[in-house]
Amino acid sequence: MPEWLLNLMPNVIVKWPDYLEAIRDTLLMEVWAGSICFVIGLFLGVVITVTKPGGILPNRVIYQILDKAVNLFRSIPFIILLTALMPLSRWIMGTAIYVRGVIVPLVFGSVPFFVRQVEAALAQTDDGLVEASLSMGSSPMEVIFRVYLRESLAPLARATTITAISLLGLTAMAGAVGAGGLGDFAIRYGHDRNMADITWITVITLVIAVSIVQFVGGWIAKKNTH
Amino acid sequence: MIKLEHIVKTFQGSSEQGTVDAVRDVSLTIEDGEIFGIIGFSGAGKSTLVRCINLLTRPTSGKVTIDGKDMLGLTPGELRESRKKIGMIFQHFNLMPSRTVFGNVAYPLKGSGLSKQEIAGRVRELLELVEITEKENVYPSQLSGGQKQRVAIARALANDPKILLCDEATSALDPQTTASILQLLKSLSKKLGITVVVITHEMEVVKSICQRVAVMEDGKVVELGDVFDIFAKPKEAITRDFIKTASKLSKIDKLLEQDSPFLQMQSGDKLVRLTYIQKDVSEPLISELSRKFDLEVNIILADVEIVGDAPIGGTVVIFHGEHEQIETALQYLEEKNIGVEVLRNA
Repeated sequence: MPEWLLNLMPNVIVKWPDYLEAIRDTLLMEVWAGSICFVIGLFLGVVITVTKPGGILPNRVIYQILDKAVNLFRSIPFIILLTALMPLSRWIMGTAIYVRGVIVPLVFGSVPFFVRQVEAALAQTDDGLVEASLSMGSSPMEVIFRVYLRESLAPLARATTITAISLLGLTAMAGAVGAGGLGDFAIRYGHDRNMADITWITVITLVIAVSIVQFVGGWIAKKNTH
Repeated sequence: MIKLEHIVKTFQGSSEQGTVDAVRDVSLTIEDGEIFGIIGFSGAGKSTLVRCINLLTRPTSGKVTIDGKDMLGLTPGELRESRKKIGMIFQHFNLMPSRTVFGNVAYPLKGSGLSKQEIAGRVRELLELVEITEKENVYPSQLSGGQKQRVAIARALANDPKILLCDEATSALDPQTTASILQLLKSLSKKLGITVVVITHEMEVVKSICQRVAVMEDGKVVELGDVFDIFAKPKEAITRDFIKTASKLSKIDKLLEQDSPFLQMQSGDKLVRLTYIQKDVSEPLISELSRKFDLEVNIILADVEIVGDAPIGGTVVIFHGEHEQIETALQYLEEKNIGVEVLRNA
């Protein structure tokens, strides 16, 4: 180990295994919660879009329930959601701590946000396209897959990027309730034990992570814009 | 045959607006193979009416029958199958921006039971039909308006429809492109024997391709008939308005308004609009007038066109000569069934 590296970040070198473990935990939370959020959020975003008044399958009851539920969960601060959902977490996952324990609150925290993002992305679809495909004899399912989703690939990629980045922020907060990960790593050492280099390495790691997500999302969006 | 009987469509607006009666009791029969025009100003209900044919809009009451089939009685699945035989094109083309020209035309062919090669063959056939083969792998954003509409027509014809609905299909195009698209529609109707329903607010469109036309105002059909007859003897004020927009003779109203130096008249002169309203006008009218009644006839404007294989139109002229001779000349014209309208006496 070179001398200057030891001088620059003495604590990071010592805590290197913890650092790697924190990265792994953050990745686990991001990938698991993100994947579940993507599937559920995309589904609910489509449902909210098509059941809207004037949509292709208008349904007042479903639309109103979904719309209100999304608003409700979006208005609860995540830190409250984390503790409030502990019983549900225990029931579904068998535990309320560590990575397993925060998947449920992470999903509840990110899905409503993603649903609104999906809704906004799909709303960019020109009504004329929907009308044209209906005039060609498309079924509602075909309209959903071949028009709404297919024609919205670029805005959906951007919506997914924004949500993935905001989810990364939530995983850091989840560290506060014993989930581990980079947030927990920074708080435990960087803040509590005043190890500034640990805080710095965490911030740098997160900046790199956000940049990668942003780059990939932007690339996919660009590929699908004609 | 498309048969619309007592079609009513009422839209439920928000509570303050109440309801909007878009279509009020319209009955129409459109024969197989004809090009039928529906003209009206925006808000007249023509777009709503045409959507009642393929049920993109379900009428509040009334009956829609296509080739003897009661459309409103179909199950959703049967309706989708029927729609495949009713093509539709739109003012803003509605092509899918993320698909190439090929992908757009292939869209309605998916699930039709054709193999990949068969679909590719059919798409090329269609692109040839609308004369745009070289753009197969291009995205819609790289096409001009006229090219986009050609692709949209190819897409609408993919499943060999018997009917083609055109909702303001040329309204976003320049006059030259409009003419070429109309020509294409006319030749396709002839070649494929399809019935074409044309919605428009431009009398030019009706004049150049339609055999019959319905004039709509405020949700109702106020006048219906052969295009020639409508042009020759419009009954309703709104029909006359539309005809004026398509005729260069209407320029005279502006010239009169501006008191143009063009219209300098001497005492006793008469400024007259003559309209040809019979199918057999072929005599050399102007020279006959000047010979028979010893008049000077100054042509200010003239607009004669062929509509439905007969000349239609008229001239705006200034008669100069003896007062009595002018009066006899006007009488003579009226006897010959020519529309005479004195616009100004000097």
